[in-house]
Formats: sequence, C-alpha cells, structure tokens
Amino acid sequence: MNPDGGSAPIPVQSPVQSQVPLTTPPSGRPAADEADYLYHRAPCGYLTTTPDGRILRSNETLARWLGWSTDELGAINFRQLLTVGGRMFHETHVAPILRMHGEARAIAMDLRRRDGSKLPVLLNATMDRHDESAPGDVRIAIFDATERRSYERELLRAKERAEASEERANALARTLQQTLIPPSLPLIDGLDLAAAYRPAGDGSEVGGDFYDVFDLGHDEWIAVLGDVCGKGAEAAVVTAFVRYTVRALAVGMSRPSILMAELNERLIHHDGDRFCTVVIARLRRRGRGWDAEVSVGGHPAPLLLSGDDRARQLDAFGPVVGVIDAVDYHDHVVHLGPGDALVLYTDGVTEASGPEGFFGERRLLEVVDADVRTGADAVVDTVLSEVLAFQHGHARDDIAVLALAVP
Amino acid sequence: MTAVSRHNVSVSGLADGPPIVFVHGFGCDQNMWRHVVPAFETTHRVVLMDLIGAGGSDSADFDAQRYASLDAYAADVTAVVRELDLREAVLVGHSVSTMLVAMVQLAEPERVASLVMVAPSPRYIDEPGYVGGFGEEDIDELLESLASNYLGWSAAMAPAIMANAERPDLGDELTASFCRMDPAIAQVFADATFRSDSRSLLPQLDVPTLVLQCTDDVIAPIAVGEFVADQVPRASLVLLDATGHCPHLSAPEATTEAIVKFVRSSDRASA
Repeated sequence: MNPDGGSAPIPVQSPVQSQVPLTTPPSGRPAADEADYLYHRAPCGYLTTTPDGRILRSNETLARWLGWSTDELGAINFRQLLTVGGRMFHETHVAPILRMHGEARAIAMDLRRRDGSKLPVLLNATMDRHDESAPGDVRIAIFDATERRSYERELLRAKERAEASEERANALARTLQQTLIPPSLPLIDGLDLAAAYRPAGDGSEVGGDFYDVFDLGHDEWIAVLGDVCGKGAEAAVVTAFVRYTVRALAVGMSRPSILMAELNERLIHHDGDRFCTVVIARLRRRGRGWDAEVSVGGHPAPLLLSGDDRARQLDAFGPVVGVIDAVDYHDHVVHLGPGDALVLYTDGVTEASGPEGFFGERRLLEVVDADVRTGADAVVDTVLSEVLAFQHGHARDDIAVLALAVP
Repeated sequence: MTAVSRHNVSVSGLADGPPIVFVHGFGCDQNMWRHVVPAFETTHRVVLMDLIGAGGSDSADFDAQRYASLDAYAADVTAVVRELDLREAVLVGHSVSTMLVAMVQLAEPERVASLVMVAPSPRYIDEPGYVGGFGEEDIDELLESLASNYLGWSAAMAPAIMANAERPDLGDELTASFCRMDPAIAQVFADATFRSDSRSLLPQLDVPTLVLQCTDDVIAPIAVGEFVADQVPRASLVLLDATGHCPHLSAPEATTEAIVKFVRSSDRASA
C-alpha cells in the first residue's frame, strides 16, 4: 500500500475522495505529527519521484487537486500527469536542466486531472545528488496557478495586441514617410538627379527630413531639401506643410531668398513651436549648364563639386525658418557647368557620430572628392554608404541627400 | 562575425587528432555533452557548439523566416565544420540535430566520415503508415507551453544579454546558466523541429551511422529508432537501457561506451 517503497513510513491518511475538511491541529500535537500534517495538508502539492519520474510519494493536497488518491498516484510516472506538449518541454528542457543543475525553478506546466481536465501549475524541482553521475530522488513542489495563468494569458494577448498595433503604427509611419518625399525624381534633360533618404534607427518613426524637385516651366526647376525639428506624426504634419507651401509659393516667386522669407512667415503662423532648416535651389538652364541660385535657412550649405577643382561647401547661410519674424535671406549664385554637381544634404550626414567622433564636413568633402564623379547616383551612393559605415549601419538620425549633376 | 564565434564553438582535446563534433538538440546547449566529451579528449579533436538561440550563441542575425526550416540550422553546423576545415569528422547529433548532421553529411560528404544519432527522429508527427508519436495539436501544446514558460523572460533576460559586452560579470552568469534558450527563437526552432519531415534523407546517407536508442523515450520511441536504422543503409542500432530523451545525461557511461566502440570500429574499417 505504502507508495514510498519502504523508507520512513508515512501514515496514509484517509482517502482523498472523502474530502476531509482541513481542521486546525490540536495544540500540543507531537512534532512528528505536525511534520506529517504539514506535508499532507500543505498549501501546495508535493511529489517525490525516482530520477526516471516514478512517483514514490505524494501529498494529499496534490491528490485532492488531481482527483486521485495518494496510493493511485504512487502507481504512475510523473510524466503521465503531464500533457503531451508539456511532456515534450519536460523531456527536452526541464529534465536535462534538473540532471545537470540539480534544480529547476518556476516551470509552468499543465497537470492532467483524473477527469481529463487540466490544472495549470507552477513547479519547482530539486534532485538529490551525491555527485552528478549518481542522481537521487527528485522532489517537486507544485503550486496551483489557475488564476495566475488566466492572468498571464491576458498579458500574453495584450502583448500580442501591442505588437500588432506597433506593427500597424510602423506601417503607418512608413506610408506617411513616403508622402514626404517624391516617389521618383523627375527626368530633366541635361541635369542628372539622384537622391536617397534613410530613416533613423529601424525606421519605425517618421523622421523630419524631406526633399522635393519640381518644374516651374521654361527650363526652370526648384530643388528643396530640409529638416523639420522633431520626429513622429506631429513633425510629419509640419514637414508636409513645408513641402507643399514651398510648391505653392514657388509659382511666380522670383528668387529663392524671397520664397524662404515667405515660408518663414507662413510657418510662424502655422505652428509657433516647430521650426525647420531648409535649402532651396532654383535652377535655370544656361548654355550647356545651369545657373543655380541657392538660399539657405539655418541649414548646412550645399557642396559644389567641380569637374576641375576641389569640392567645396558654398559660403551660404541664413537664419532658421519658423522662429523669428521678418528676417532676411540671401541668394548665392553659382554656375554648374558640365562635370559639376550640387549636393544638398541634411545634418544626419555631418552629425553622424561613430567611434571616431562626428562625420563632419571635412570628411564629407574628402569622401565626395575621392569619388570619381560618375554622376549623381555615384555621389549619393558614396555619401550614404560612407555615413552608414561610419555609424556601423545604425543611423541615429535621418539622412537625406540630393545630388544634381551636369553630365 | 565568424561561425565559430557566432556558435560559441569550443575546441578541446588533441589538436591534430581526428575531429569529432557534438551538436545538441532542441531545448539544451553544448553543456549537455559534458559527461561524454572527456572520453574523446585523449584521442580526438573535440568540437562543441551552440545552435542559434541556445546557450552562448549570438543570435543577432536571426531571421524567423529563414529559420522556419531545419536547412538553416544545418547550414550553421556546416558553416562551423567548414570554417574549422574539418575533414573525415565524426558528427554526433542529439534529437533534432541527428537530422542536422545528416544534412551536413549530404552537403559536405568529404568532411564527414561517420554519424552518431542519439535519440533520432526524422518525423515526430504521425502519418498513415508511420508512427512518430505526436499529433499536430501536441506541437501546438508545446508551443503554448514554451510561451507560458517564457512570459517574463524578455524583460528579465534581454537587458542582461544586451549589456553583456559591458558587463562581463553578467556574461559569466549567463554562461553558467543551463540550457538557456532565447524564447522567440525557441518558438521558431520548436516549430521547425517538430513539424519537420526528414525521412527522405535517410536512404541517401552513405557513411557508417550509429543509432543510439533509449528504451523508454517519449520523444523518440523505439519504433522510430528502428525506422531510422532500417532506412539508413549503413546503420547499426544500439539499444540503451535508459529512460528519457537524453541518454548522455541519464546513462552517460553506456552512451559514451557505445560511441567509443563505434568510432573505433569505423576507424578500423577505414584503416
């Protein structure tokens, strides 16, 4: 009868099915009885098994939970109490840990009751070991985790919902981002264009960088590139406002500096908190090249790559757009002949930081100068790959580059 | 990153000895070979590795889509074997890795001299005419079990692992932990493992193969071990009097002895 197979006998208490109400032991009960009471009526289940899982002893609490008697439990293997999936987890993960470590903690399992229903439990197990090659008995403490498990299931579902909604938010951010840059650049006879936009980090947040190139008619084009302060949906609203305001104002506006001043006023009245930095270039065809009027509003000045001179940064500057009322902007005029190129970029390029410090203007000039200038594409590719490599592939800020090259 | 560092490869034993590679199965890491390895260190160059998401492996470039197939895990083992430029190696796999080492043998025949399959199963799910021991719903139950066991894992462990480089003390703690599994990868690996079907590989294997079968293994029952030994042309089956799925832990002496014997006899055969 006794399932412990001959070691210290534990008096088998009344069979479980009788559901004896737990009563307070009378005071003055002998210590041995108290230990026995504590074993059988503990608020958790106890099991002792052989290393192979054969049940040597179990307490009444567990027997009651499962609907078996302690005698009946003594006739089976612990594995038989597990669901098939739980058994797989036990065999591949828990049992090896127990063998190697002598202990496994907080394992979530479902135990099968006599009636086939499942009892969610958390269990801790220890294995007696004289040394690792001589495993002894396994002792398992089992805690009813019914409420906890349903709470955890809620948590798990909440986590899945959060992940799904994050994925939707990311998709939304990507869609929104795509509206801030043109889907493709226009084809201009005699002017080779290339651009790249790379969002910061994993691209899950809408950045503030944008660029645009559009036609004013009569061989006149506007190229604009900028950076709205901040990130996320609110910044995106301002970015869209700036991009479309530039488009609307450009018609009939004589010079980029006037366009910039007007944009400044509009932005101040649109949103007092958000500002941006912008560079606007108006290009007009002249001979085999283009005249470019460049106006800068708080933005890094563009680079001029010359076919027969070293690359240099234009000496152009002007105040940030959207902060101070009634400021003046200037136009910087350059001529782009065959082999020349104008490169507009955001501070995600020059302020990219890596182990060697900031990427910086000087490094940028060296990079584009070393480039063989086989066209706008090559310039943009070189800048982007150098800046990313400098940051080991993890861009901390958005990067936008726009190159206009005269073939 | 090299395959050797990515898979936390450790090499011990005779530097110029014949190579023997041990590959752990689902749910564990290279630690589980600890009782078997010493017997080979005097005669072999012993190579241990952790599969992606297990033990001390680096899982930075884990891609759930790619690793939905066992081919990706086998390619990782192949990469280690190639990088160490092993030739005529004995590949020892446990559980699902028995099929991984089979794939490596087929991909790199000249690098593999023989195979040892500890508790193999090429197909866990029953089919008409084949008993693998499990149904689809059992695999779902396992995945659920994994999910509930790792609910709090990410929050508790991820920072420790991420900060690993700057905090070597934590790194030591992780190395000392047993059978560590990245929960997201464990889900994908379990799914790939228990829904795989590698039966068609078995007749193609053309190296001496030892099949070690436990007498009482719920994951890989005797009938499955016999199936494997029957399908692999040059297989020999050894039945180990061991309970459970990990005879290298529950019956390490018998397991080691069987492998030593097999390796010696194949050496003689090839000499």
